[in-house]
Amino acid sequence: MTAVANNTKIGRGPGQPIYLDYQATTPCDPRVVEKMIPYFTEKFGNPHSRNHRYGWEAEEAVEVGREQVAAIIGADPKEVIFTSGATESNNLAIKGVAHFYKDKRDHIVTVVTEHKCVLDTCRHLEQEGFRVTYLPVGTNGLVDLAQLDEAITDKTAVVSVMAVNNEIGVIQPLAAIGALYRKKGAFFHTDCAQAVGKIPLDVNAMNIDLMSISGHKIYGPKGIGALYVRRRPRVRLVPMINGGGQERGMRSGTLATPLCVGLGEACRIATLEMGAEAERLRSLRDRMLNGIRARLPEIYVNGDLDHRIPGNLNISFAFVEGEGLMMGVKDLAVSSGSACTSASLEPSYVLRALGLDAEMAHTSLRFGLGRFTTEDDIDYAINHVAEAVEHLRSMSPLWEMHQDGIDIKSIQWAAH
Amino acid sequence: MAYSDKVIDHYENPRNVGSMNKDDAHVGTGLVGAPACGDVMKLQIKVSPEGIIEDAKFKTFGCGSAIASSSLVTEWVKGKTLDEAAAIKNTEIAEELALPPVKIHCSVLAEDAIKAAVADYKKKTGAG
Repeated sequence: MTAVANNTKIGRGPGQPIYLDYQATTPCDPRVVEKMIPYFTEKFGNPHSRNHRYGWEAEEAVEVGREQVAAIIGADPKEVIFTSGATESNNLAIKGVAHFYKDKRDHIVTVVTEHKCVLDTCRHLEQEGFRVTYLPVGTNGLVDLAQLDEAITDKTAVVSVMAVNNEIGVIQPLAAIGALYRKKGAFFHTDCAQAVGKIPLDVNAMNIDLMSISGHKIYGPKGIGALYVRRRPRVRLVPMINGGGQERGMRSGTLATPLCVGLGEACRIATLEMGAEAERLRSLRDRMLNGIRARLPEIYVNGDLDHRIPGNLNISFAFVEGEGLMMGVKDLAVSSGSACTSASLEPSYVLRALGLDAEMAHTSLRFGLGRFTTEDDIDYAINHVAEAVEHLRSMSPLWEMHQDGIDIKSIQWAAH
Repeated sequence: MAYSDKVIDHYENPRNVGSMNKDDAHVGTGLVGAPACGDVMKLQIKVSPEGIIEDAKFKTFGCGSAIASSSLVTEWVKGKTLDEAAAIKNTEIAEELALPPVKIHCSVLAEDAIKAAVADYKKKTGAG
């Protein structure tokens, strides 16, 4: 770790809770910010201005960023286009391919645990007349390759499977999926917002045709992402934004030079530090899980623990409701799969897809560990969580019934 | 989501947490909600021979607003007659705790818990 990364002030403001929500977003790495700053003031040129030095230096900076993004996924820089973020990249990849090939192919395959921006895009395409197959996952959160193979037909335009799930951190078998789909001529898109910089990725070894990348999940700035679009064999897209034809016509609009520089630098740092960082996070994650297990009975890890990024831990604390628990762990910034954290009052669809009972989905917390998480943070968190759960269990009627040997499932609960 | 000061106060210092013997003839127990919906409230009342609620206890599985709603009603029902307690409206609970619209169901559940506890007591004593 560098001196910068050891500075605990990064990723935690004074008097603020300990940040354990790295799957929601990450702080910008100070090294990234430093690289970006000149491009706001001195080197402010339009990277598409071909007539003067301002434009040239901005263009050069953008292209360095593009090379750095390409390098972390084993792509050619010409195959990387900048977008506003992974939501836009996912929209562009799926809608763009679906619309371009719609005369020959009208079918999309995806998975029920995908991010909302993939699922909502697919729902939108269904309204336009496309057919979408939403594949289930196993109790470990992983897609079944035989089912996937069966779902792909010669009418399938795109298969979209995320690399790493945002709630439970499980890693889908991208290389195995990539080996499957091509024989039927479909394209393989993967949402790698949570995967880039966390696990090694190679678009050629994994047969990936389209890949979505996010800046703010990898210690880069918010407001930028990228889409990898394969050139050989060529993937064609109908653009969503029309204009001056920037980004090979797939995404018009003046590029945000400082953001492109920041995303590139974030990728460069991640390429160098990914291995050591993963090892450090794995040890912190194991420390946290073992620490909580030693203090509390009746806790369950959601999603496969082996096929999982090291910075994610999603735990159900039976008999304690997630939002109530979040209020109890007020010195931690975490998120919950409980209904009450959203306006919909439905518990997490990802946890439900694992086959978890709604009642268990209501008791989950997601801990996201990252670059600036320290051992002290984890030790504090273990104690804080254990005390809060013990306190809430002492006032939980369900915990009382469980202690009395009553099976909660045997009770006729009134739905409300 | 920001909680009101009153919700935070009841969450951090819940009043009357605990359980009474549900087989006691003077105790009425209401158990409402469902684990699958994310809230379960158990409210118990102890009723004097004169029909006055002398004590109340609760246990709640739920969010901060659910815990606060049940804590609040244990304070409110004490000293009331059964009919007075059963007349407590969810809107009064929601107003007292300044619950946002998505949390109104917590106050509804607390009202249901009182009614269920009163009904249980009446059933036991044959007064209902």
